[in-house]
Order: sequence, then structure tokens, then C-alpha cells
Amino acid sequence: MKLKDLTFRGGVAVSDNKGLTKDLLIEPAEDPSMVMIALHQHTGAPCEAVVQAGDEVKVGQVIGQSQAFVSAPVHSSVSGTVKEIVSMAIPTGLTVECVVIESDGKNTMDESIKPNGGLEDLSPEELIEIIKEAGITGMGGAGFPAHVKFSPPAEKKIDTILINGAECEPYLTADHRLMVEEPDKIVFGLKVIMKAVGVDKGVIGVEVNKPDAIKALKEASRDEENISIVPLKVKYPQGDEKRLIDVILGRQVPSGGLPMDVGAVVSNISTTRAIAEAVMDGKPLYERVVTITGQGVKNPRNLVVKVGTPFKDIIEQCGGFNEGSPGKILMGGPMMGISQYSIDVPVIKGTGGILVMTEEEAKPEPLQPCIRCGKCLEVCPVYLQPIYLSNYALKGDFDKAEALHALDCVECGACSYQCPSKRPLVESIRLAKREIIAKRNKTN
Amino acid sequence: MDSRVASAPRAEEVALENMLLVSSSPHIRSNESVQRIMLDVIIALTPAIIGSVYFFGINALKLILISIASSMFFEAIIQKLFGKPITIDDFSAIITGILIAFNLPASAPWWLPIMGSAFAIIVVKQFFGGLGSNFMNPALAARAMLLTSWPIHMSTFTGTRPDVMSAATPLAIMKFGMSADGTASATVESATSASQAAGAELPTLWNLFIGNNPGAIGETSILLLLIGAAYLIIRQVIDWKIPVAYIGSTLAMLMILGVESQFIPYHILSGGLILGAFYMATDYASSPVTSKGRIVFGIGAGILTAIIRVNGGYPEGVSYSILLMNITVPLIEKLTAPKKFGEVK
Repeated sequence: MKLKDLTFRGGVAVSDNKGLTKDLLIEPAEDPSMVMIALHQHTGAPCEAVVQAGDEVKVGQVIGQSQAFVSAPVHSSVSGTVKEIVSMAIPTGLTVECVVIESDGKNTMDESIKPNGGLEDLSPEELIEIIKEAGITGMGGAGFPAHVKFSPPAEKKIDTILINGAECEPYLTADHRLMVEEPDKIVFGLKVIMKAVGVDKGVIGVEVNKPDAIKALKEASRDEENISIVPLKVKYPQGDEKRLIDVILGRQVPSGGLPMDVGAVVSNISTTRAIAEAVMDGKPLYERVVTITGQGVKNPRNLVVKVGTPFKDIIEQCGGFNEGSPGKILMGGPMMGISQYSIDVPVIKGTGGILVMTEEEAKPEPLQPCIRCGKCLEVCPVYLQPIYLSNYALKGDFDKAEALHALDCVECGACSYQCPSKRPLVESIRLAKREIIAKRNKTN
Repeated sequence: MDSRVASAPRAEEVALENMLLVSSSPHIRSNESVQRIMLDVIIALTPAIIGSVYFFGINALKLILISIASSMFFEAIIQKLFGKPITIDDFSAIITGILIAFNLPASAPWWLPIMGSAFAIIVVKQFFGGLGSNFMNPALAARAMLLTSWPIHMSTFTGTRPDVMSAATPLAIMKFGMSADGTASATVESATSASQAAGAELPTLWNLFIGNNPGAIGETSILLLLIGAAYLIIRQVIDWKIPVAYIGSTLAMLMILGVESQFIPYHILSGGLILGAFYMATDYASSPVTSKGRIVFGIGAGILTAIIRVNGGYPEGVSYSILLMNITVPLIEKLTAPKKFGEVK
């Protein structure tokens, strides 16, 4: 295996803008007085509330659960009283049931939260159960339940666990700070996953713009023969899991397939840390590190935020908005983040960052005709032809878009970023994907 | 805490919600722009413009300026007539203007570039949808039209010294001068070249390289064209694949056709090959967007150029080769679609 700045074909160089927060220590956020905890913030079946208005709850207590395998329980992040269960908008754009809890400010921990004992005393099955009970879902965005990922069907032979420390989204530094400040937890989390899946090889890939993280992880893993830290070239979307598998293992996940199809399981840094805490302390996933950043916010910070805290509270704690009005507020980074129409939405398990863009930055650039420069083909990490996909999508010819593999698009946005004519490439391909999937569901 | 949101009454919050822009990701864009790309091409052409004035005199400058001005004029007027936004500020008409002039002999009359740019801009570019939609290179299509309509004007080349009123291009010398049989040529253009070629001598390779030889005003200085081409490749405005495949395959095909090795450097360094390969064949709208397609396109143009030069009636084959390849682009793209990541074999 080559050990020097691995990279993939395609992708774009994006100015990372991480300087705003990359050297700021992770600090706890102020306790929210009220949290709104979404019952469906993961991929899979939504949870049913197991509490009702008027109930007293404690920190870490299960408040939502589902019998489905592909689902993850939801826990309270505060101690206090359940006010109501209402439908409201969450930052993914969906409107889902949320449990509104008024905090009593005491943060009384639930009795169920206690250390699980040493890693050597726990079987893989027990580890997966712990991860499942802790409600851990992929914290990089997709929110896929971790225990499902770690329970591949028997015919899929997994040989490597990859930890995704690329954090290729500009601005975001939550994972970066975790690697620097809590490298032992990341390494421990990786060991948990390796044992849970039954694999003896673990690799942590980190982009080279985080030398302090690479150093800290190397230090933390110096006694681990089976764990290696791999420097990756800074290029977007390096942190896309299929790119990561390709550059580190040299294996292409087949179109429409999953990492397990090529013997790999990928986990994000924040997720891995949450897994470590679930095993070490019995702590369920009810808080996470969030980077609050951007030119539009006064004091960018890396904060440990309780799930359910409204964006508004957190932005206030960062000094509020800068002079002039904010133009755009995103959950996530500028390449794949979801723009918000309100700051009353709550933080969910997948909220790695809140980015406030100024009005100036958010101003859309004038559209020009496509000049067929072909840059979108050059940057596409999946080797698609965004120019044609987009043309068909904009004409409503979704069958042709499907024939050109629209469904393989990972929506990284590299094409739209690079386009000199500022064409809505990924935006229209996204539309085509939705139409194609809707049509498939209708015919099935 | 001095936060507007913290202290905001409800009404202002509603206002904030109305102010927030909501859109699909990505939320940032690169600094690239159509103007910047076009400007880069103009910058790349500047050394050759200066060289053409140095070698061919003030008439070259006059032709270039008339050509640019008329291209911009026709673009603006046709867009106004069509009720479309006027886009001469994207600089693309300037490039078409320069390239049309580059394809003219220095002795061309002042109205020739006007005819050329009217055809290039109105018919080839705007009738087919404007920027990015022309299926042929507008400047080359204009050259072909001018050559058919005014063959004598288009093929009476002057030398680079003021006292030489008419001279033969190195390609014409190779084609007709050496065979000493100018009368056999099929066209007026060839005949003109041939009569000039009779008894003419080939310039030195060094003169060819720096541009001190007869030819169209923009095509002669290989050195200055290559400087601009290097700039375009470094700036990633053009892909090296088309020019390298083009020149390489021209070379290979000339050898296959049995051209004597002493003449091969003349084939590469004279005529429109370098100008065509780096500045015309790489025209975005009329060349493939796929990576493999660009190589196929370059090879096709190279083979055609060599065949036309050696076996055809014309001494020069660059413009027709590129135009012929232009119309094969949709087919090439279809056959060279990239294999997607993780394609199940």
C-alpha cells in the first residue's frame, strides 16, 4: 500500500476555509432550556414515541423506539418534562414528529447509563447490541444506523474497517478537532468496530491539511499493529466513502452496491467517537460536536451540542450574526449542506456543522449558456457526464438521464462548483434522480 | 449578547426567514467564468497578434481590428434582431474575430474579414443557438466560405518583407513547386498557389519557426503560437489531448503516405497545423467533451490533414479536416462515453 497522499481521479480543489475554527478547542455549549428531539433523524424506520406529554425524563433515557431492524432509538438529551409531541421541520428538510422537552437544568443522568466493562470482556454480539441501544447512526450526514452497517450478511466477507477522517467539506472542523483532542477515543472506537465486525485491519484516512490530527492519531495508535493512519491528498470529495475505499484499498464499490460488497465497512470520525463512548461509558448518542462557522457568524466555534437544541440558541452562543443580514444558513458544509429557511430547527445526530453565509456570499451568480468546456466530466468522481444528464433532466427526459446513469451520481456537487457558466448541474441531476426513483416505486 | 436574533421580536424573525436564501447544494462556486476563459484565449493569442503585425505589417493589424469589430457588431445586431440578450461582453466574438483574421493572407482586402465574420457569427454561431451551440468552428467555417467565394484573395500570400508582393507558402512549394506541374491542379486556389510556387524556395526551418515566411497572418509564427498554447494548457483552458493527438497523427500519417522525411518538419511548422491544433480544434462547442473522444477527434483530424495535403487538390488541409471532424463530434461522444465508477463488468 502506498503511504503518500493517496487520491482519486476527478474531484475539485476547493479552498477549505477551515482556519476559522480548526485551532479552536471543543467547548461545551450552554444547556438548552428546551429541546426538540426528532423521532426520525436516521435512514430507516421512524421511531415511535415511548413517552408522552407530562412525563419526566432523564438524560440518556430512551424516548423513541422502533421494532424495525433498520432504525435507531432516540434518547433524551436533557432531564426535564415532556411538553408535547409535535410535527415540525428538521434541518434535513423533512417534517417529522419531535418530542419537545423542557429542561429542568439539572441534567440528571438516567440509571441505565453505566460503563460496559473492558473491550476484551465483550463479545461482538454484545458490542453490536450496545451500539444499537445507544442509537448510533452515521454522523456524517446520511444517518445510517451503525449496528446495521456492522452486521453484514454472512456471505459478505469484511476484511477492513475504514475510518473516514477526510472531512473534505470546507469550513467543517468537528471531526478534525475530535481527532486532535480525543485520538484515543477514535482509536478505541475503531477497535470496537473491528471486534464487532470480526476484522483485524483498521485504517484511518485523514487529509493532509490536518497534520496535527495525523500526528495525534499516529501517537494514539503506536501500539496497535493492525491500525494504520493514511494521509490523503486534499481534494473534494475525498471523504465520499466510495472514493475513500478506492484510494485506500484500490477497490471500486460496484455501481449500486455498498462498501460491504468489496469487503469494507466505513465509519465517520464522530460516529466512531460516539461508539467509543457508548462502550466505555454506556453513553447513548444525545450530543455531538458541531462546528458553527462562516463569515456570517460573529464567533465561530466548535461546540458540544445536545441533540434537539435549536439552531437559534447555538448561533446566539457564537455571538449571533455579523453585521448585515445572513444570506444563507446551512446544516453541513457549503458543498453538500442543506440550506435552512428557519433557525428554529433542532440539531440532529447528523448535524456536523452550522454554516452562516453572508448575503454577499449567498448571492446567486448569473447563469450563462453551457460552453461545452467539459470540465464537469473531468471533475466527476463517478465519471458521469453531468452536462448531458443535466440537459436531459432540464428537458424532463428522465429516461435518457437514467440511461446515462443518473442514479450513480453521489451529488457531491463538484460539477456545479467547477462550471464556468454556473449551470445548475447537480441540482438538475438530483431532480432527475428523484423522478427516476419515484417512477420505479410507482411501477413496482 | 449582542445578537439580533436573541433580542429579536417575533416579527423580525419572520423577516429573517424571508431573507434567508434556500437552494440546493453546492452553495459555493469556483472563480471560473466564461469571460475568464475567453480572456485567457485572447491573452494566449496576443503574442501571435503582435508577431503578425511585426512580420506582415500594418495591414495585418488593420485586418485583425476590422475582423474583431465586425464580429462584435454582427453578434450584437443579430442578438438584438432575435430579441436576445446581447452577450458581446463574454468576449467570444472577439476570439472569432481574431481567428478569422488569422486565416487571411496579409494582402486580403478590408471587406474580406467583414464577409467572414458575418458568416461566422450570424450563420454558424447564432443561427444554431449562439455561444456553445455552434456545431462547427465559426472561424474555420468562415475561412472555408471565403476560400470558395474569393479563392484568389484567399490564396494570394505575401511575403514577410514589404518588397515581396506575392509569394508561395511552404506547403504550396512542397505540393506544386517541387513537382513543377502547377497546371495539373484542380482549383483556382491551387493554381494560384502553384503559379506562385513555381521556382520558389523553401524558407529555413528557423524562419518557419519564428514566423518569417509567407502564409495566413496568424498561422506563421509557431514560436508565438506555442507560447500562447502553453499558457492555455497551464491555465487548464484547453486539454493537451486534442493538439497532441492531432499533431502526432498528422506526423504519423505523413510518414505512412511516404512523405520524405526532410519535408516532414515543413509540414508541421508551416500552414495552419499549429494554429489549428491548439486554437481551432480545441474549440469547446465543436469538439468532444469526453476524454477519449478528444483523442479520437485529434487523430481523425490529423489523418485527414495529411491525406488532404498529400493526396488532395489543396496544399493545406487543416481547416477542412477540423470542419469534417466537427460534424462527427456527436457520434464520437456517443462512442467514447466514459465508463462510470464501479461499472459491473
